[in-house]
Formats: sequence, structure tokens, C-alpha cells
Amino acid sequence: MAKVLKEVDVVIVGLGWTGGILAKELSEAGLQVVALERGAMREAAKDYALPGIRDELRYVHRHDLMMNTARDTLTIRNNPSQEALPMRRLGSFLPGDVVGGSAVHWSGHTWRWTDMEFKARTLYEERYGKKYIPQDMSLQDWGITYAELEPYYDKFERTAAVSGKAGNLQGRIQPGGNPFEAPRSRDYPLPPLTSILASELFADAARNNGYHPFPRPSANASHAYTNPDGSKFGQCQYCGYCQRFGCEANAKGSPHMTVIPIAMAKPNFELRTNAWVTRVIKDSSGKRVTGVAYTNILNGEEFEQPANMVLLTAYAINNVHLMLLSGIGKPYDPVSQTGVIGKNYCYQTGAGATLFFEGRNFNPFMSSGGSNISMDDFNTNWDFDRAPHGFIGGYTIGGGFNTALPIGHRPVPRGTPQWGTAWKEATSKWYQTAMNIGASGSVMPNRYNCYDLDPTYRNAFGQPLMRMTFDYKDNEHKMGRHAAERINAIAKSMNPTHLNEASARTEPWTVVPYQSTHNTGGTIMGSNPRESAVNKYLQSWDCHNLFVVGANVFAHNCSYNPTGPVGALAYWTADAIKKKYLKTPGPLVSA
Amino acid sequence: MQNEEKKDEGFGRRDFLKSAVAGGAVAAAATAAVTVPQGAQAQPAGNGPAPGYAFLNLDEAAFVEALVDHMVPADQLSPKGTDMGLAIFIDRALAGGWGKGDRLYMQGPWKPGVPSQGYQLPLTPAELYRAGIAATNAHCMKTYSKSFDRLDATQRQEVLLGLSSAKITFADGLPVRVFWSTVYQTVIEGMFSDPIYGGNRDKAGWKMIGFPGVIANHAQNIIKYRDKKLPPNFVGIADMS
Repeated sequence: MAKVLKEVDVVIVGLGWTGGILAKELSEAGLQVVALERGAMREAAKDYALPGIRDELRYVHRHDLMMNTARDTLTIRNNPSQEALPMRRLGSFLPGDVVGGSAVHWSGHTWRWTDMEFKARTLYEERYGKKYIPQDMSLQDWGITYAELEPYYDKFERTAAVSGKAGNLQGRIQPGGNPFEAPRSRDYPLPPLTSILASELFADAARNNGYHPFPRPSANASHAYTNPDGSKFGQCQYCGYCQRFGCEANAKGSPHMTVIPIAMAKPNFELRTNAWVTRVIKDSSGKRVTGVAYTNILNGEEFEQPANMVLLTAYAINNVHLMLLSGIGKPYDPVSQTGVIGKNYCYQTGAGATLFFEGRNFNPFMSSGGSNISMDDFNTNWDFDRAPHGFIGGYTIGGGFNTALPIGHRPVPRGTPQWGTAWKEATSKWYQTAMNIGASGSVMPNRYNCYDLDPTYRNAFGQPLMRMTFDYKDNEHKMGRHAAERINAIAKSMNPTHLNEASARTEPWTVVPYQSTHNTGGTIMGSNPRESAVNKYLQSWDCHNLFVVGANVFAHNCSYNPTGPVGALAYWTADAIKKKYLKTPGPLVSA
Repeated sequence: MQNEEKKDEGFGRRDFLKSAVAGGAVAAAATAAVTVPQGAQAQPAGNGPAPGYAFLNLDEAAFVEALVDHMVPADQLSPKGTDMGLAIFIDRALAGGWGKGDRLYMQGPWKPGVPSQGYQLPLTPAELYRAGIAATNAHCMKTYSKSFDRLDATQRQEVLLGLSSAKITFADGLPVRVFWSTVYQTVIEGMFSDPIYGGNRDKAGWKMIGFPGVIANHAQNIIKYRDKKLPPNFVGIADMS
């Protein structure tokens, strides 16, 4: 029998960026806040310190900071005709499992998603007509605007120490920045990171081809910095151990060294680690939640934590899983296209080329998480006419390095033997003389790409695993072909000694190898409860004292990394709770 | 490659150890003699883990040693695989948490699935390695009437090409691609992971490509060594501990 604890104002499930931001904002507002985190505490000074943190095997290949699939995982399949089988070990994506969540091991890429995403259906219909959007593509507007979110993007960029160069300041295009970005009220808090040779070679080639390269904005502090909350950042050391690692220099914007310690200093905030939430509890009316049930994974003891408000701020997949396990909202059915929980799961796609330059020294081990020059000419550039190519969405192209460590990064020309002296010679010759150009592409929603509960497999708590049904569709294949062609044209213009050309992916999505920890959708935001799970304030349409915060609210996935809008939406939700909800608890948008 | 392996002609370490165990009279001499036979693993004193295998049995050790010495031959770029500690790395990986499947979801039902669903075997990595070595040796016995470690370089090359292309199939149903990708992953990990795990001895893997290791505060170097080689200075975790 679960032990029932004393009621608190707010219970937060998962303490990464979104939970950390909400923990800080709501405990500062005087609320009694309890955060439940399934992972353990790790302290930067001990756990992300030299020399132990510089261990590629442990952190990249043994997944030391990531979720343990022995305890809980998903089942996966490409389409409803397949039988879903468990993802028995991590591969394609890597959710975090410690205090700070995936925001400990992220790279820091921080983008502002614009109205091109938030109003996607409206914009494409206006420009290309309703018939341009495929029948099975469940594309819909998000119910929010860039203008509403702009101040919160700004706030998040300052919290996380984002280094970059504005391209559009209040409507005026700025040289050196991204001319296709939406208007910003002010520049990034920090200037761009020092660019590296590979990025500059790419930038020159992109410029020569008529494109508009700019430094990728990233939460890696380009110099020492104190954020508006007083959190102190060191300068990025370009150590090359960024993605998958905690930052030894405190230069990577992460919640464990910003918002979380601020919340933890408040007497009205309490963090319980190793606390595995199994379900959100509803009241008898089904219109309110009353708290959560969780298990202390150190001893198996079960608890109920009653609360006036529940905030689901776990990894995007886990937020959706908890909604399904708790029976909140109508589960999505891809056949009848009714229901909302599990709808519009999206991922990302890409293409990449490797360029080999005899005689160059790229020093790939010297890089930051954001050592990259990007171009948005085929992404947020609305002037780029998609109609001749027949796709919706877009892709960024970038050149540079991020965490090019030698177990995982050993470029050799295609056709090189896989072992023996010839392999060693090629590996030795090209490790320092090769660079990449890569595209990251959007994935539009499809009625059959979705989540539900698996009928067969269970987790360590006896609960059904989440089932993910996903594959790339024709839209993504068309975009992939376009991206590969453009990458190869740029690459060839650089006259490399050898070129491993980019090719469009044609195979089904696979759970190996690693691709991207940018899983979106499942409890999407929108303007009505028929089509979406939460309203524009990320408040459940079904239970008004439940907010579901994370990339799970994205109605589709664009080419950008998701953390910019994830952080901005967390601040936006915090403001809505403080300024609106606490005054008059109830639905913030009438259904 | 010609002079790489002559083990099949002589009295190998495996034979020696087997006879040592079987015959009590020679057992006393075993300890001193173990490092003598050709092909036995060199262990620099006071550097890296103590010699000896924690998981691999004698047949499996002979297979792994032959495998890593074939895949990573001694040449101007590095010592051979066993001298880089690759067999020890693989043994320790299989004996440890990873080899025992500590983060693998191991609940059934078990189905082969489709390739896009990834690893679906009801085996830990250590069990997979053991079954794969046995199946490969069975293939070698059938084809060459010798176990893998007793094949010459040309035959070993044939076997590895057969495994990597999945032209060889295992009679017992073990999927050859899964075995090969695990073997390949562990060899690469052994070459390039930090030497604390027993491979990459003397940072020979890092030296081969010019990867400096854990010293990585490059805020100045990123400008100073732009398009230039960083002066060689290879540092592992143990050097800073």
C-alpha cells in the first residue's frame, strides 16, 4: 500500500531544463514545490570533473548519463502492420537519466522556431493551396505565435548563455547573422564562438554558392559570463567532449548549474531523486488531477504525493507515456483519426557528406558543442519555393565538428578496407584531414506515426511499455534528395581530395545507430481539444491543474534542435501559471 | 602479413596450458613458461591490468588473440592487436557489466524482428561472443579442418571477409551480422578507448591518429594550431589521477 504524503502546491515530474525552470520560477513565487526525478544527483565538481569525465567509452558508448533500458524502454515498429519489439538497448536517441536530464549531455544548439512552424498549415495552404498538403499529413497550427514567445526565447538565451550573432534585430538584417531568422528584440547575450577551419571552409563555399552562412547559436559560453540569475559560467574550452558529457568548465548552459541550484536554495522547494513516477492520479470527476504515484527505486517503497498542480516535465517520450498510463485525455487512434494522446510523433532526418583534404589539419578534437557554421537558405527562408521539389518543411546545412572522438569518429574514403594495415593507414591519414557537411531536416506529422501502449511488453514496474510507430514518408524522402544534391554541389565546389557524397536516405527508420534525441509530439498543443492534448499554455484540455511541458507539445518537428522553444515554452508556462492560473484556477483557454 | 602467424606450426600457448593443467609434472614450470611461446601476449611490467583472462576460456582467448592480431597487424603505425591490449580489453568488457548486459532490456517474448528494430537476441554480449566464437570455429573446422587461431593469414582474411559480408552463415542459427558488428565494435573500442580499460596500451591507438586524449583545454590552441598539427602529447585518465 502506497504511503500518502502531505499535500503540496506543485509536484514536478522530471528535473531537466523544463522542470528546473518551473521549479525555480514557482518556488520563487512562494509555492510549495516538490520535484521528483527518476535519476540520481550528480554534482559537476565531482562527477563532471577532470580527468574522469573525459572518457568516450563510458559516456558515449556505455551511456553513463542516459536512461537504462533494462528498467524501462519503448517498443518500436515502422508501421502498424509490423509487430513492435522492444528497443533493447539505446541507439537512435538518448534520453538523460540524472538531475539535469538530457540538458546535461546536450550540445547546446539553441534555435528560435518561428511562425513558419507555428502557423505551418495556414502558411502552406495560403501559398500552395490545400491540395499541396498530403492527405495523410496531419499538419496543424500550434495555436501560438512567434511574437508571443519572443520575450521567452530571449529569457532562455540569457539563462543558458547562448553565443551567437543576431541576423535580424527588430526587422533590420544584420551582416554575419542569419538573415532568415525572425526579428529579435536584442542580440544574443554572448558573441559567437571562435570558428574552426572546417566551418570556415564550409562558410566560404556556401557564400560562393550564393548562400547565407552564419555561426550556429549554441549555449556554450564564448567567454566567462554571469547570467541574469547570477549563475556563473566559465569560458568554453573547445575540449571536444561536449555532446554526451557533463561540462567540466561550467561553460555549457545546463539546468544543474543554473535554475536547479537556485530552486534548491529555497526552503519551499524539495527535490527527491531516484523517485520513479508511475502515474498521475485523477479525481472522481476526471477534470482535475490530485497528485502522482511514485516508487523510491532505492528500496521499492511506493508513495502518493498529493498536489494542487502537477507539471509533467520529463523527457518528451516519458511525458506522453505518463499521460497514457494515467488515462488522461483520449488516446489517439490512427485509423479513425480520433483522440489526441500519442498523436503526431515526429523525428528528424538528415544527409551528410565527408570531405577529405590531403595536407589539412582540422584538429577535430578541438571543438565546442556549437563549432559549426550553418545556413538556412532551404529552411526558414520562405522565399525558397518548395513547390518544384514537392515537399513541406526544410533543412539546415552545416559544416564543422562536435565531439569528434576516435571510437565514434574515424572518417575514411568509401571502399577502404575495414581492418588490416590498409585500414590503419587510411584511419591515420584522414582522422585529422577530413571534415563533414551535414543537413538536419524536418519531419512532418503523418497519421500513422504515433505512440500508444504496447500490448505485450512491460517495464520494471509492471507497466506497459510505450509503443512507437514511426517511419519516414514520401515528403521526407523528397526533402532528403534535395538536401543531398545541395550538399554535394557545395562539397564539390570545395575540391576535396576525396568526397564521400551525401545520399538521401531510402531505408526505413532504424533504432540503430544514433540519429537524434529530438523526439517530438504525442501530446501536441493547439487551439482546440479535438485536435490537441494541451492548449497554448501547455495546460491539459482535460485536467486544468495539469501542465505537460516539453517537445511532446510540438505539433510537428522542424530541422532545428528543439531546446530553444522547449526552454521558452517552460518560461511561458511559468508566467501563465503565475499571472493567470494562480489568480483564477481553471482552464486558461475555453474549449 | 606473411610473418604474422606461424602458430599453427608450433606448440601454442593453449597447448602448453592444456598440457600443464593435464599433467601435474609440468605444472610447476607453467608459470614461468607462460610468456615464452610465440604469439603469447606481451605484458609490460607495471603497466595496465594484470595478465590473464577473466572471461575467455583458452579456446576463446586463442580466437580473440588471433582475431585482433589479424585485424590490427604490427606495422609502422602501431604494435599488433595483442600488444595493444585488445584481447585484454575485450575480455574485461565481456567479464564486466556491459558483457553481462547490465543495461539490456532482457524480457521476452523474443522474436527476430526486422533489421530496423535493432538487437533482439536473448543473449548478453558475453553470451553472444561465446556463441559466435564457437560458431566461427565450427565453420573453420568444417572448411579448413582447423580452428580460426590455427589458420594462416590468407585463410583468416577469408573468414573475416565472410563474417563481415555475412556470406558465412552459422549452422546453429546465430545471426552472423550481429556477431560481427559486436566483434568489430569491441576491437575499435579497445583501440581507441582510454587505456584504463586495458586496450590502447601506451596510447598506441591515439598515437596512430594523433588524438591527444584527455588534455583538452583548447581555447588558445584553437587559434594557435589552426590548420597545424598539435605537438604530440598523449595523456590518459591514469596520467592525471
